[in-house]
Amino acid sequence: MTRIHDMGGRFGDGPVVSEPEHVKFHADWHPRALAITLACGSLGLWNLDISRHARERLTPKDYGRFSYYEKWMAALADLLVETGAVTRAELEQGTSDGASDLADKRLAAAAVAGVLANGGPATRDSNIAPIFAVGDEVQIRSVPENVMVSGGHTRLPSYAAGATGTIVRLHGAHVLPDSNAHRLGEAPEPLYAVAVKARDLWAHPEHPDDEVILDLWQSYLSAP
Amino acid sequence: MGGKGGLGLWTIDGGAAHDRVMPHDHSDHDHPHSLLPPDPALRVKALETILTQKGLIDPAALDEIIDTYENKIGPKNGAHVVARAWSDPDFKAALLENADPVLAEMGYYGRQGEHMVVVENTESVHNVIVCTLCSCYPWPLLGIPPGWYKSDAYRARAVREPRKVLAEFGVTLHKEQAVRVWDSTAEVRYLVLPKRPEGTDDMDEAALTALVTRDSMIGCGLAARP
Repeated sequence: MTRIHDMGGRFGDGPVVSEPEHVKFHADWHPRALAITLACGSLGLWNLDISRHARERLTPKDYGRFSYYEKWMAALADLLVETGAVTRAELEQGTSDGASDLADKRLAAAAVAGVLANGGPATRDSNIAPIFAVGDEVQIRSVPENVMVSGGHTRLPSYAAGATGTIVRLHGAHVLPDSNAHRLGEAPEPLYAVAVKARDLWAHPEHPDDEVILDLWQSYLSAP
Repeated sequence: MGGKGGLGLWTIDGGAAHDRVMPHDHSDHDHPHSLLPPDPALRVKALETILTQKGLIDPAALDEIIDTYENKIGPKNGAHVVARAWSDPDFKAALLENADPVLAEMGYYGRQGEHMVVVENTESVHNVIVCTLCSCYPWPLLGIPPGWYKSDAYRARAVREPRKVLAEFGVTLHKEQAVRVWDSTAEVRYLVLPKRPEGTDDMDEAALTALVTRDSMIGCGLAARP
């Protein structure tokens, strides 16, 4: 089953409207929403995959009507309550009921540059060896769902499910989002760039030579 | 507020038809975010207030983050990389082979750019970058993504009809050029190395930098002509 965020290939959307490079934000609250989200990430209560999943499990109605940063804010509020950092009562009343025992983890202004510069690499040592090489043909899993958690997070877009592709790059072993988003461990495994012909994805491809390349984990793939 | 008790499942519509009672999605009831004010500016303000009072965020740190992405990190970084690749064949070869050490040496490493791959546009291939599942984007090289990159229309259409999308940006490709759309489904971030425009043979790296647009490094534009 596809979910609302998995929109690659969807029909019905209008034109893409470009905008000048100097436009960074579209409302005064956007930069605050961005900064609050990044600062809360430093508390160490969740990882990147958990935060993505929190946005994806907004109701389809909310996901559809919320702008980008509204999704961020809604997912952040949900995560803060789920991890116990903030209570439902505090959200409802708009003020705090007291200092947090996590306050020592607060991101300090002086630490911002370092945190943003250091990033959070997703590569890991893994005892799972690559079983495919560049040039190999592979079959992409036909059901684009998390196989560990029903309705869980996955990075396999539905438009590519079941298609046959060719390995064009091995990226090394990366944290598996399907596991990491549910606190089931990082479970690193080989990650590949897989090229799929547009004609194998769409009934009406624009050009016979066009292709889409996706980054897919080894467990999403099998030999055809 | 929706979400409080049995009656909370019903929200009085405060708009023109204020006498109507609107059904509220039952599932919203379980989402804590529905306890915040509906207006996004007030939501952000409420969260900032609560988190600051609890000692979980420092407003000065927020200012620092905003300053970084408003003023320090943006497409100029990527343009610098592209202009250097156009000017220095050895640099370009190293960049296309394994971008991470090359970019790290230039100081362009960081959040949302930990694993970079640079893909080159040629006479036969035009590359386009998208993230259909969210809005993954190479922040250390291009800054925060533009609104259109995050839009449903771009995420939905770039993989299925990239040529129509490019046409909306004023880009028409040769018939012989294949389009390769890179869907950023993992933590690898992609940057397009656009074709060097004609008539730039005499230009140095600094002058070339000015021709490299943000959109050309996403694949939705071409480098500007001098």
